[in-house]
Amino acid sequence: RTKQSLAFKMAGADSDDSLYPIAVLIDELRNEDVQLRLNSIKKLSTIALALGVERTRTELLPFLTDTIYDEDEVLLALAEQLGNFTMLVGGPEYVHCLLPPLESLATVEETVVRDKAVESLRKISHEHSPVDLEVHFEPLVKRLASGDWFTSRTSACGLFSVCYPRVSSTVKAEIRQHFRTLCSDDTPMVRRAAASKLGEFAKVLELEYVKSDIISLFTALASDEQDSVRLLAVEAGVSIATLLPQEDLEALVMPTLRQAAEDKSWRVRYMVADKFSDLQKAVGPEITKNDLVPAFQNLLKDCEAEVRAAAANKVKEFCENLPEDSRETIIMTHILPCVKELVSDTNQHVKSALASVIMGLSTILGKDNTIEHLLPLFLAQLKDECPEVRLNIISNLDCVNEVIGIRQLSQSLLPAIVELAEDAKWRVRLAIIEYMPLLAGQLGVEFFDEKLNSLCMAWLVDHVYAIREAATCNLMKLVEKFGAEWAQNTIVPKVLGMANDPNYLHRMTTLFCINALSEVCGQEITTKHMLPVVFKMSNDQVANVRFNVAKSLQKIGPVLDSNCLQTEVKPVLEKLASDQDIDVKYFAQEAISVLSLA
Amino acid sequence: MSNIMDKVDGFSRKSVRKAKQKRSQSSSQFRSQGKPIELTPLPLLKDVSAQEQPELFLKKLQQCCAVFDFMDTLSDLKMKEYKRSTLNELVDYVTVSRGYLTEQAYPEVVKMVSYNIFRTLPPSDSNEFDPEEDEPTLEASWPHLQLVYEFFIRFLESQEFQPSIAKKYIDQKFVLQLLELFDSEDPRERDYLKTVLHRIYGKFLGLRAFIRKQINNIFLRFVYETEHFNGVAELLEILGSIINGFALPLKAEHKQFLVKVLIPLHTVRSLSLFHAQLAYCIVQFLEKDPALTEPVIGGLLKFWPKTCSQKEVMFLGELEEILDVIEPTQFVKIQDPLFKQISKCVSSPHFQVAERALYYWNNEYIMSLIEENSNVILPIMFTSLYRISKEHWNPAIVALVYNVLKAFMEMNSTLFDELTSTYKSDRQREKKKEKEREELWKRLEDLELKRSLQSDGIIPT
Repeated sequence: RTKQSLAFKMAGADSDDSLYPIAVLIDELRNEDVQLRLNSIKKLSTIALALGVERTRTELLPFLTDTIYDEDEVLLALAEQLGNFTMLVGGPEYVHCLLPPLESLATVEETVVRDKAVESLRKISHEHSPVDLEVHFEPLVKRLASGDWFTSRTSACGLFSVCYPRVSSTVKAEIRQHFRTLCSDDTPMVRRAAASKLGEFAKVLELEYVKSDIISLFTALASDEQDSVRLLAVEAGVSIATLLPQEDLEALVMPTLRQAAEDKSWRVRYMVADKFSDLQKAVGPEITKNDLVPAFQNLLKDCEAEVRAAAANKVKEFCENLPEDSRETIIMTHILPCVKELVSDTNQHVKSALASVIMGLSTILGKDNTIEHLLPLFLAQLKDECPEVRLNIISNLDCVNEVIGIRQLSQSLLPAIVELAEDAKWRVRLAIIEYMPLLAGQLGVEFFDEKLNSLCMAWLVDHVYAIREAATCNLMKLVEKFGAEWAQNTIVPKVLGMANDPNYLHRMTTLFCINALSEVCGQEITTKHMLPVVFKMSNDQVANVRFNVAKSLQKIGPVLDSNCLQTEVKPVLEKLASDQDIDVKYFAQEAISVLSLA
Repeated sequence: MSNIMDKVDGFSRKSVRKAKQKRSQSSSQFRSQGKPIELTPLPLLKDVSAQEQPELFLKKLQQCCAVFDFMDTLSDLKMKEYKRSTLNELVDYVTVSRGYLTEQAYPEVVKMVSYNIFRTLPPSDSNEFDPEEDEPTLEASWPHLQLVYEFFIRFLESQEFQPSIAKKYIDQKFVLQLLELFDSEDPRERDYLKTVLHRIYGKFLGLRAFIRKQINNIFLRFVYETEHFNGVAELLEILGSIINGFALPLKAEHKQFLVKVLIPLHTVRSLSLFHAQLAYCIVQFLEKDPALTEPVIGGLLKFWPKTCSQKEVMFLGELEEILDVIEPTQFVKIQDPLFKQISKCVSSPHFQVAERALYYWNNEYIMSLIEENSNVILPIMFTSLYRISKEHWNPAIVALVYNVLKAFMEMNSTLFDELTSTYKSDRQREKKKEKEREELWKRLEDLELKRSLQSDGIIPT
């Protein structure tokens, strides 16, 4: 190490003055303070640029390879930097110089560092020529694959697929052999890494080897003694299935996948449920009909709620992707009975997962089936004790609206909305507010005025600020839907009425509403109706109200004509600018300058 | 308006929320079977002749392989009770009877135990299970499970028990499944498992290396992959006594375990749940081989908590345990980095951290080590101590620091005076250095800007 630091001293003593900071920077790489070392590492590209490609290769990189025993935070930054270093060492021709430090980083304990090193290695692998890949890169992969400690073997798993396509057939055979070895590694950590890369590796292999090598590895990993390995094999199975010709699927992958769907560990079954749509696409319509339909039924009836919820999430997608000729029959006879049971599941996550997709079935099944079979389910879920279930139904109303029209639901919808609107949890209230504009659009202005308007106004005086804020924003969206005239007749009077409320928070809400509404309501309503109220409030006793008047004037200024600004707004703001309260002054002055009234 | 207070929002305190009911759960595989289980009542073992007993014993073992669904509290009530009394009888039988352990009994015992205890643990009810706040989920089938564990332990501890026969059935696969059960949320079950594993480790020499390796794997997965495993404390407790029995010199495998597994365990978020057991293991290692002090302390310093004050206090506690047994020759090797860290701790704005570090000066042995090496330690500590004595917000800390400074003054008054007189100039020098560094960065930014203008696009962004 002394030899290297000497080299850097030389860099510092170089006649070129601009190199001086570089030398000090390198010194900083050895500072005791991690943060300073980190800063320095993050400037590594600058250092390399200043040193030039040759000295970067001969001095900087060996130095970095030596200092690898640093804090993980520094190592992470280093691993990331090196992935972008190709040009700085002289281009693809020299990119292999980056391998030694990255190789060390790929063996460290900390997962994030290792993963980053592998990511960088994968990145620079593409910049290697085929020859360099065999001479420099592949030996590195081999060394990692036969490393003593599990970390290096884990890292190796991610590197096979990037070099395989571009090496000679002898080397390919070696790579396959190494991968095979890692799949039966002693430590489950390595087997997990191999299982998680199996699909990716299969994709770059020739089909004959997929059949001869990959299938047996897949089968072995899918029956590993550890469920954490088996569940990773499921995802690989999906990738493998997409690679094989249809006629081989039944014999080569289906037995294993069937076994996974009935695994004794719920984690594996969960994984199958979670990947079900991909699996369905991979195996095609015939296998779907014969195998996946019963498997899916079982998952929907699984004894673990986690699995049922994962499967419930896939109901819509699964049904959508069923072969068209038998779609309706399969749904009606096989899937719908399970779905009906899930509606009254004991677990709220299951019901909630189902509620988030169930409305989508109506477009698939059409009007008559929806009314006869689905509508009762929607209605039941709208009355569910769990607010999340009700919310999920309401948030997907648009699907049903297209098929049967929302009116079919409106009788049940209303109590559900009212109840959610008054829910004790403000997050639930917030969620329902967000669907209000959508509901208003679908239910129409009449229904809205009659049933929902009062709710929207009630939120304006909610005791939680977030709700009041959302309520003002909601009003704006409603006006966008129903128009300024509607606003003037229904909501503006009520909003302005609150300006006389004894509670100053409610008076401020009037101002917030005006801020939100002035633009959508237009100049006339703003000038005629809103502005006088704002002016009146500039005399409010509470300073918070007064400075919000200043803010409001600034906000609605652009909607007003210049005459009004000069003759009416300006005097009010000037008065506020001489208020005794410092905040009022501040915001009044800000408004004056933004509106260029000075 | 009155009900506004009740429905303020959804953020009720966790402890209020969970007060509902004791949760219980059961393995998934037993549910949804639905069919009633019928067992034909057998005579009591004490009611048949001695020759008939072994045969009847086997039959009873076979009956106890039937597993009941305890989530359904109404099903199979009579049969559940029958199995419970049979298990009780079996427990008594292996405790007192002699000559019952025929060779045929071994596979049947292991089979019965396996059928009952090996099961897929169900998903944890709460995503963010906080073992300090939340009640653990209890195993519903405990009335049977407890007796099965009880029976198995008596079986393993029986004087007639012959490991040479049993090893055919209690094999690696068995142990692996046993270790997975340590993830059970039920602390009662983990407690029994601890005893079972301990007995197996003691009696099956051929399984020892395997058990250690699998525990290794569990810990590594816990540290680097999931951060979730309920039985870490129990496994560490077993390891504590295993380490105690290691022969000297320590094998490379054991040292690797210390450095690559036990030390990284300190990084886990839930350290507080198993820290006592972990620290015990570490100290056991150091008592075996003092030469390991340097890598251990180096490791602790590397993983020193940066943001979590509670963990910092735990680290300081563990360090004191280590210092209690440290050899003076080893102390000298690590004093420099160690006291740099301690100096940071005493100046922590978190008073519990500062206080814990300052308590070192109440430890006579540590005091004697500091005294012997005051010429090295005092300069490292001085700046922090001097500064805190003037500016720490907490008066208790300031008082403690005064005592420490006083102790140092008595130890080495010459050096102390010297440091006091140079304190100001040292600070100024540091400030100057700081300023230079800022300058440097500024110059560098200018340079970078210039260069990227010159050679547009070369600098990777």
